Amino acid sequence: MARILPEPTPETRHFWDGCRDGELRLQRCTECKTTYFPPRAFCPSCASREVEVYAASGRGVLWSYVINHRPRPDMGAEPYAIAVVKLDEGPTLMTNIVGCPQTPEALVLDMPVKVRFEKQTDDISLPLFEPAQS
Amino acid sequence: MMQNSVAVVGAAETTNMGKIPDISVIGLHADAALNAMADAGLKPSDIDGVATAGISPVELAHYLGIKPTYADGTSVGGCSFMLHVRHAAAAINAGLAKTILITHGESGRSRVGAGGFGRAPSSLMGQFEMPYGVTSPPTMFTIPVLRYMKTYGVTEADLANVAVIQREWAALNPRASFKDAITVDDVLNSPMIAWPFRMLMCCLVTDGGGALILTSADRAKDFPQKPVYILGTGESVETPLVSQMYDFTSSTAFKISGKKAFEEAGITHADVDHLMIYDAFAHLPLYGLEDLGFCKPGEAKDFIRERNTAIGGKLPLNTNGGGLSYMHSGMYGMYALQESVRQMRGTAAAQVQDAKISIAHGVGGMFAASGTIVFTNEK
Repeated sequence: MARILPEPTPETRHFWDGCRDGELRLQRCTECKTTYFPPRAFCPSCASREVEVYAASGRGVLWSYVINHRPRPDMGAEPYAIAVVKLDEGPTLMTNIVGCPQTPEALVLDMPVKVRFEKQTDDISLPLFEPAQS
Repeated sequence: MMQNSVAVVGAAETTNMGKIPDISVIGLHADAALNAMADAGLKPSDIDGVATAGISPVELAHYLGIKPTYADGTSVGGCSFMLHVRHAAAAINAGLAKTILITHGESGRSRVGAGGFGRAPSSLMGQFEMPYGVTSPPTMFTIPVLRYMKTYGVTEADLANVAVIQREWAALNPRASFKDAITVDDVLNSPMIAWPFRMLMCCLVTDGGGALILTSADRAKDFPQKPVYILGTGESVETPLVSQMYDFTSSTAFKISGKKAFEEAGITHADVDHLMIYDAFAHLPLYGLEDLGFCKPGEAKDFIRERNTAIGGKLPLNTNGGGLSYMHSGMYGMYALQESVRQMRGTAAAQVQDAKISIAHGVGGMFAASGTIVFTNEK
């Protein structure tokens, strides 16, 4: 069963193009300097339309998660963590943690993680995260 | 709003509750509406305002043969009905309508005439949450909780304790789905749903509905039931994505809605005799007690463990058994409102003696929205 995938909109296209090209792209207000997520054409902090896209570090910490014991059919048969990562640049982002067991013992809050793009189609790669050295 | 200027004069749930395979969603709305009209001694032609969520107020009005001068289709999840009460009170005060019907009906378990769960892949949820394997509320509403637990030292047993004490209340309620006593160990040994949440920390999935009828306080004394006045109201909305909550340890929408309701009502926490906090999952009463200001951040777990919210405690909470043990069709806010009205009328199954002020506090979506209603039976 094919995994449920996002359908980019004009406002989010830069983000998904970045994932396809191996770059985690965030937006930043050029006036108040706030970095924000999810993508939109203006700053949610000060409402300025003067915003820019930039390549983020792709690093953050594991902020919170659950381990889903009733897997969605397109996600396989084993329990998996649905996680939120707090990026070094500030925003939080939902993702999956890959490259480690999906257990409370392996998934420790505040552990450093880094992005790993996993190709799904020619257009869509998902920004997943794996444990990183601090 | 003006304190005590509007009252609930009709309140009822569906005739049956739990598993209702022979009534569709709109049929549940209608069953609850007819019961509430009977409670108030009214006919559809007496109603000039309608409000509902889940279905459109257009569907509701036409199904019941109501030709209203006021329609509210606010749909922000399970607390929509708190917002409907708030908007109805303002509308009655502004002369937009005189007698407003608010309904809920949901075939959560049997799925008769009900739509499916899912979001367009181009929506924010479709792009930024669905790809990571979220399914239904048990994998979404629960996402912030590990951060809350780490911040305040909350344990799985603390979460379990919420369910245990609410089951004690449910045992007093003949209409509750689950009435048998449970222990913390029972909860911690129930099947894993989405770690750290086990089955008995999650709400039921049932069929049912409820309806309210509001009118001006001046007219309310002419109705058959004891009027229940609206003393204060609040509402707010926060985020369509749980991953984008402003603070994983606190609901900003709860804080804004609760503060507004207390201010409008002109009351302090010590004035509150009875409290309903929408409990889709065991962490909701913890967040609610703290964000409404009944407890300091991180102290709700102790407040509950010390049995302050249990039978005989100083702040009876979720006295119908709550979404964890009474019923939960999907948008539970209506049932919290119904229990507050019953407590104010003095007709609850687990009646709090001499209760004069009751608060019903709701959540919508996954910490997406909030509504708070302060009721009183004194004017």
